[in-house]
Amino acid sequence: MSVGDSVPDRVSAVGSSDPAKIIGLLVFIYAVYLVAGSIAGINPVSNLTSLTRWIGLFAIAALALNLHWGYTGLFNIGVIGFMGVGVYVAAIVSKDPVAAGGGGAVGGATGGLGLPLPIGMLAGAVAAALFGLLVALPALRLRADYLAIVTIAVSEIFRLSVRNGNIASFDVGGLSVGFGGGDGLQLDWGSEVELLFDALLLGGVYDSLSATAERLIGSPVAVDRIGYALILLAFMIGYYALLRRIGNSPFGRVLKAIREDEEATNSLGKDTDRFKIIVFMIGCGLMGLVGVLWFMNAGGGGGSVNPTQFRPDTTFYIWVALIIGGAGSNTGSVMGGALFAAFLYRGPRFLQTVIDKLTETDLGSFARRTGFGEAMAPIAGSFDPIPLLLYAVTKIQSLQLLIMGLVIIYLMQNRPQGLLGHRKEQAAAISLSRPDRRSDGDRAVAADGGAEDE
Amino acid sequence: MSDTDIDPPEEAVQANVPEDADVDYEKAETQDSAAEEAAKHVPQAIPLQVENLSKRFGGLTAVDGASFEVEQGTLTGLIGPNGAGKSTTFNCVTGVLEPTAGTVRFNGEDITGLAPHQIADRGLARTFQIARELGEMTVLENLMLAPTHQRGESLWRSVLPFTRGSVVEQEEEVLEDVWETLDFFDIDHLADEYAGNLSGGQRKLLELARVLLTDPDVLLLDEPFAGVNPSLEERLLEHLHELREQGYTFLIVEHDMDLIMDNCERVIVMHQGSVLTEGTPEDVKADERVLEAYLGGEVET
Repeated sequence: MSVGDSVPDRVSAVGSSDPAKIIGLLVFIYAVYLVAGSIAGINPVSNLTSLTRWIGLFAIAALALNLHWGYTGLFNIGVIGFMGVGVYVAAIVSKDPVAAGGGGAVGGATGGLGLPLPIGMLAGAVAAALFGLLVALPALRLRADYLAIVTIAVSEIFRLSVRNGNIASFDVGGLSVGFGGGDGLQLDWGSEVELLFDALLLGGVYDSLSATAERLIGSPVAVDRIGYALILLAFMIGYYALLRRIGNSPFGRVLKAIREDEEATNSLGKDTDRFKIIVFMIGCGLMGLVGVLWFMNAGGGGGSVNPTQFRPDTTFYIWVALIIGGAGSNTGSVMGGALFAAFLYRGPRFLQTVIDKLTETDLGSFARRTGFGEAMAPIAGSFDPIPLLLYAVTKIQSLQLLIMGLVIIYLMQNRPQGLLGHRKEQAAAISLSRPDRRSDGDRAVAADGGAEDE
Repeated sequence: MSDTDIDPPEEAVQANVPEDADVDYEKAETQDSAAEEAAKHVPQAIPLQVENLSKRFGGLTAVDGASFEVEQGTLTGLIGPNGAGKSTTFNCVTGVLEPTAGTVRFNGEDITGLAPHQIADRGLARTFQIARELGEMTVLENLMLAPTHQRGESLWRSVLPFTRGSVVEQEEEVLEDVWETLDFFDIDHLADEYAGNLSGGQRKLLELARVLLTDPDVLLLDEPFAGVNPSLEERLLEHLHELREQGYTFLIVEHDMDLIMDNCERVIVMHQGSVLTEGTPEDVKADERVLEAYLGGEVET
């Protein structure tokens, strides 16, 4: 029987299945952070929760971008703009209401419509999707590089528009709402974690957890941090499952075909414009939701947004995460997001803290009294590299971009497809091996022959 | 090629349509009866009619009032010297270019100016001069893509739990057709290969296989033998004749006059944007204007 040889394949496939790879990588990253953190005496809860925060955020952002670029070949470099639309709309929908004319009464300068946070998040995602539609209708007919120009332009237009003082505050139906202008908006809707747990009817769980934390550590903040980390992990699993399902379907197959050759796909009777518009909207909606999660800063004080946060830097960070993982692979996107967050985005600063604690040098005062010249002088004189290394550590924030650049150059030269790109992730809802429903002898012989040829 | 790979005509035509798929069911019936008609040599229908087709690019007239017909169940050749307007005609018929004037009728319906995907959807499918394989997709994925109106091409049906089952069901049917097609073209050993890794000839086979899976009535092949070695050329021709016997209709654009004369029932000769002559290979060979056109002489039309 032709199934006979595929059974061991399936068994070994479970061991190296995609979720297992992701979990393996996460365990490795967490182990590195835990060990390094405990050596340096960093509080493990805050260590791991802030690590999870960035892993989760970059993973879901990379997943959303992968739908655009990895699957469909849509060159979107305006990611942060769509995230911004999401978070701003969520803010306006869910901030506490402030009566018209009473600006500045609660927290930020203006209020919102006072609807529950989950509705605000949904509204943010829908608004980002509609904004995507607005961009897609004229731009998707353009060639890939022109779409890129349009997306980054639109994201900058968004940033400059929300900075505009004229729409910083206006009245809608007796309520004062607005975009906050250059001052931005306070996301002062209370503890997001509590609100989201309440929305899932888990308010009781949240309350008892915070009471326990209050009793044990004397602060309920840890519950918010852990809760936020868990919410992000849940979103990561949700995004991953959704995008895999989209990818492994006839719909996803058409997306890949558009990426490879749109004209040929068109000639096979597929309405490629329709597919591109739908997928662009879905991706933008997912990015809008990422925006809300990104800026809400749960686990700390209230989050806030202001226009300077919507510069293109973040877009490029998300691109780096996707390229590291391998565009076109959802598993790669998650792994790329995790690797980028752990080692390129948070890694250098974490390393700085660890070195600070380990060497027991006061790096802050070292940096204040040592300039580049003083750091270089010992090398020239007595070949003592320590001052230069310490100097480099104090300047690690600036070196971060340099390190990212080096990693990208290395990847482009040696593994342009990324960690998991170019894999045979078959875009189909079923396994594509030869169906064994027909047990007629000739076919089985042909199948065996085919296998040997390979 | 072993004969187990070749299905009898009727069976093959049916096999291209999933048995209980509601979408293409009517089409399957009409095609089935068309195949029977072809077998009985009943007077042929004319699926493709081109009337007074013109295409101007600025001041240049590439196609100038070309009219021709393609009969059901034939291999029809479209030949002509370089610059005769073959490719432009081809692109106007398949919707890549919008004709300046004239009409294209397919199965009685005016399809002039429709988008390429709408034309392909109606059963008038094309291949490209240079094979357009989807390089970073496997051969299987390339073929699975082709059948039109797959349920799972609707995003919601692919994603929602209670509709996913019907998508999976149809995928299994499509997969069976795909493997049959792989067997028919003897490329089943390449199933898991990336299409981009195939040789030039294998790509031609893949493209023909892929376009057949869209379940077309008429296939327009743009220079299918360009850059193909003699043994593969023979194999391709064998496939084409076999498919014609099953009831498919072909319009082939080709440079190689001998190849067209030896294999086609009908030949259309284009020259300077219009149709010079049309008929059986013998008629065309006998026409001195054809030879003159190929030798670059002035021709009275």
